[in-house]
Amino acid sequence: MSDHSDVSKHIRGYLIIGATLIVGTVLTVLASYVDLGHHWNIVLALIIATVKASLVALFFMHLISEKQMIYTVLGFTAFFFLGLMFITIAAYNDFPALTTTR
Amino acid sequence: MEIPYTTQARPDTGIYNAKVGIWLFLASEVMLFGALFSSYILLRVGALPENWPHGLLNIPIGTFNTVVLIVSSITVVMAWASLKMKQFGRFKIYQAITVLCALAFLCIKSFEYHDKFTHYEVWLNKPIPVAHGTEQVQVQRLTGHLEGKPMFMTLAKVKAAGKEKIEFIPDAHHYSEGALAARKHDGEHKVIEIATADIKRLSAFVPAHSTYFAIYFTLTALHALHVLGGALVIGFLFGPGSKMWFTDPERFTNRVEVSGLFWHFVDLVWIFLFPVLYLL
Repeated sequence: MSDHSDVSKHIRGYLIIGATLIVGTVLTVLASYVDLGHHWNIVLALIIATVKASLVALFFMHLISEKQMIYTVLGFTAFFFLGLMFITIAAYNDFPALTTTR
Repeated sequence: MEIPYTTQARPDTGIYNAKVGIWLFLASEVMLFGALFSSYILLRVGALPENWPHGLLNIPIGTFNTVVLIVSSITVVMAWASLKMKQFGRFKIYQAITVLCALAFLCIKSFEYHDKFTHYEVWLNKPIPVAHGTEQVQVQRLTGHLEGKPMFMTLAKVKAAGKEKIEFIPDAHHYSEGALAARKHDGEHKVIEIATADIKRLSAFVPAHSTYFAIYFTLTALHALHVLGGALVIGFLFGPGSKMWFTDPERFTNRVEVSGLFWHFVDLVWIFLFPVLYLL
């Protein structure tokens, strides 16, 4: 955080974020008991997880107000991570037909 | 030798060195866990749906452990904020809670591992009638427990012990019935006897059981190692390392911030691991 003089003002924010994360966890569990069709259950769970992860990264890890240097590093990380996931999905679409049986 | 830029911002980066260092490290960690997540996705989509286990992990315990990690993430940031506000006493309290949460997480995780090591799947040569839920069905694969709750039992060990049969307590449902059905525990849990000659394979829920458990143990054990590492660093900054507060408070605060960034990352990984491994 760039300005350290007003840390006390952030305390309330940290507690609210923490409470939101716990609520998010409960929501994830409850959502998994509702049968949305298997693919939609996965999409919903990953959306909730992404929101929770973003809250942690933005507020607990202070990414909402960081120096340019950190964003540059994370920009490269995001590029390579998304590249990896792209290759993963591309590999899935190139999968040989399943021929094995149990 | 004086280490440069422990508190002063380096002119070209605009931040103290340790912070650049930890973010570079976390960037490499993203790729490490990313590679394993990628493996998980390919193993999962490549598996026949009925061979991908569901409902074998304990959801209430997993949920509780998730909350434990989230609480520790709050206390980590509160510990740092306390130092920023020059409240060393409060820092100590928050730091201690964080270490306790980390130890609680590892404790619970090891109980979960033990549960897996004593939980079995048995594959049979031909179908047998079993009470499945509330009705009798013919099954060729069933999950459950062995009488006496031994760990790591295999068919080879049963044969080596010269046993003619095993006493098996089947679960109400098999995971091949689907994610939601596998979570139900209705019906009776009676001991049945299975002749050793009828068994094709017997495996506890260890990495060798299936690709699911292989990736489950790889991901959770790597994550648990991170929790352990974080707990050691945070424990050090709580204990002997905290002496630095009285000689160089700003540098100490930065150390706490950097250890906190690592800890939040460990929490962040678990936020994805929990739904992916326990719920989906």
